[in-house]
Amino acid sequence: MSNILEIKNLVVSYGGIEAVKGINMVVPEGEIVTLIGANGAGKSTTLKSISGLVKPKQASILYKGKEIVGQSPDFIVSQGITLVPEGRRVFPNLTVLENLKIGAYLRKDNLKDDLEYVFTLFPRLREREWQMAGTLSGGEQQMLAVGRALMSRPKVIMMDEPSLGLAPLVVKDIFNIIQTINKEGITVLLIEQNANMALKIAHKAYVIETGTITMEGTGDELLANEEIKQAYLGKTK
Amino acid sequence: MTTNAFLQYCLTGISIGGIYALIAIGYTMVYGILRLINFAHGDIFMMAAYFMIFSMVNFALPWYVAIIVVITATVILGVTIERIAYKPLRSAPRMSIMISAIGVSYFLQNVATYLFSALPKPYPAIGFLTKIISFGGISTSVVTFITPILTLAFVFILMQLINHTKIGMAMRAVSKDFETSQLMGIKINRVISFTFVIGCFLAAIGSVLYFTPRPSVYPLAGSLPGLKCFIAAVFGGIGSVPGAVLGGFIIGLSETFIKAAGYSEFSDVFTFILLIVILLIKPTGLFGEKITEKV
Ligand SMILES: Nc1ncnc2c1ncn2[C@@H]1O[C@H](COP(=O)(O)OP(=O)(O)O)[C@@H](O)[C@H]1O
Ligand SMILES: [Mg+2]
Repeated sequence: MSNILEIKNLVVSYGGIEAVKGINMVVPEGEIVTLIGANGAGKSTTLKSISGLVKPKQASILYKGKEIVGQSPDFIVSQGITLVPEGRRVFPNLTVLENLKIGAYLRKDNLKDDLEYVFTLFPRLREREWQMAGTLSGGEQQMLAVGRALMSRPKVIMMDEPSLGLAPLVVKDIFNIIQTINKEGITVLLIEQNANMALKIAHKAYVIETGTITMEGTGDELLANEEIKQAYLGKTK
Repeated sequence: MTTNAFLQYCLTGISIGGIYALIAIGYTMVYGILRLINFAHGDIFMMAAYFMIFSMVNFALPWYVAIIVVITATVILGVTIERIAYKPLRSAPRMSIMISAIGVSYFLQNVATYLFSALPKPYPAIGFLTKIISFGGISTSVVTFITPILTLAFVFILMQLINHTKIGMAMRAVSKDFETSQLMGIKINRVISFTFVIGCFLAAIGSVLYFTPRPSVYPLAGSLPGLKCFIAAVFGGIGSVPGAVLGGFIIGLSETFIKAAGYSEFSDVFTFILLIVILLIKPTGLFGEKITEKV
């Protein structure tokens, strides 16, 4: 299977301090790839670089074989890469419906089918169509953030810690949805601190530590790895 | 005070209040999207008056063409200021961009002094606007009468635009979160420019309505009205369009009645007292939301 995303030697620095120090990753088309790592390891920075929000110091990021480094965020969205940001970041002053519509900001065609699709995935959102997004619960906001991202009809959906701060049952729902979306052909790049669940659903996984990729393998390989068990899964021998 | 006199003052008050409202909207919208107090806004309003003199006196254009020229020139001026003085400071500390705005304000005042001299220049008369009409015992100029009507019409259109169009939705999104707006594919610089277009459009209209009944324009003519409209925006809750409109009307009416009571010198002082009082009692203004730092 071909790689829809190839990240080569990504270096990002904030005011002279390198947050990401030359990482290499590939995301095969149609798979779920996860990037796990502790707080501050450089996970969000990696996703923001792909989205064009952060300008890397040095990098080559190929999307379907084409260089996208240096492109604007709106161009990158228009090409089919979307990001569900850390902390959900729904627009609190917009209704649920408006949040979904704004996810399709660059599209000029009819949104009816897409809205229907999102409402089928997340029936809770349909009930709350006219509610201001700021008044939703954390779990509902996360569903809205995912729904909003889907409205751009992405080929690749990147999710930055979607389980952060959510109740275990809601986390389970979100992970189910991630798998559902993936089965429909959307490639997923998932960032998690909740390594256990992420590794269980991932086809391929990377571990990032202080800006460097220290390990990679299939989800199952990393789940079985002793170091990973100790450092990320909270298990001792 | 007779009933007639009372009605007369009410009309005068809501008329000047309407003009304040139009200008206050420019402050409040720019603040809403950039968290910037655009200190140059009052001076843009002053420049619009000079554009009118140019169009009607120097180029002898008919008033309806002149108004279009004034609106266009004012909008171009405002958008250019944003591009040159504010856009490069997008990620700089808030204070830098405020200082830049103060700089632009002085710059415009000095450019006006240099180009047009500090002496007041007569403002052209727009025939039909200065005509006096009488009804029900009140007599007033056409401009005084149509100002509140125009104001409400523009506010209505603006609210529709903000709440029911795609660009309006983008404006509301950008005012909350630059980064996530970009992730949606919104070009935030375009949305910000568009906000300046609206603010300057309304300031140009406000300028024509404000100066028509007044004899002349001078380079500092935008300072005091600008300050009052800024206070109107703060009073209403900066960032809120309905708040700015209400603030404009309240200040216009209060000022008129204070003058009517014979305390002309006190009317401007009152506006500043109002600012201090609202900041002490309800710093977020009438309709203001809690001020949040934008990420
Ligand atoms: N805007 C920023 N300015 C300066 N430093 C930043 C910024 N964003 C992130 N960093 C730093 O970069 C490093 C990586 O951050 P991040 O990518 O957010 O990590 P993660 O998402 O893995 O928790 C951290 O040390 C963080 O403090
Ligand atoms: Mg992060």
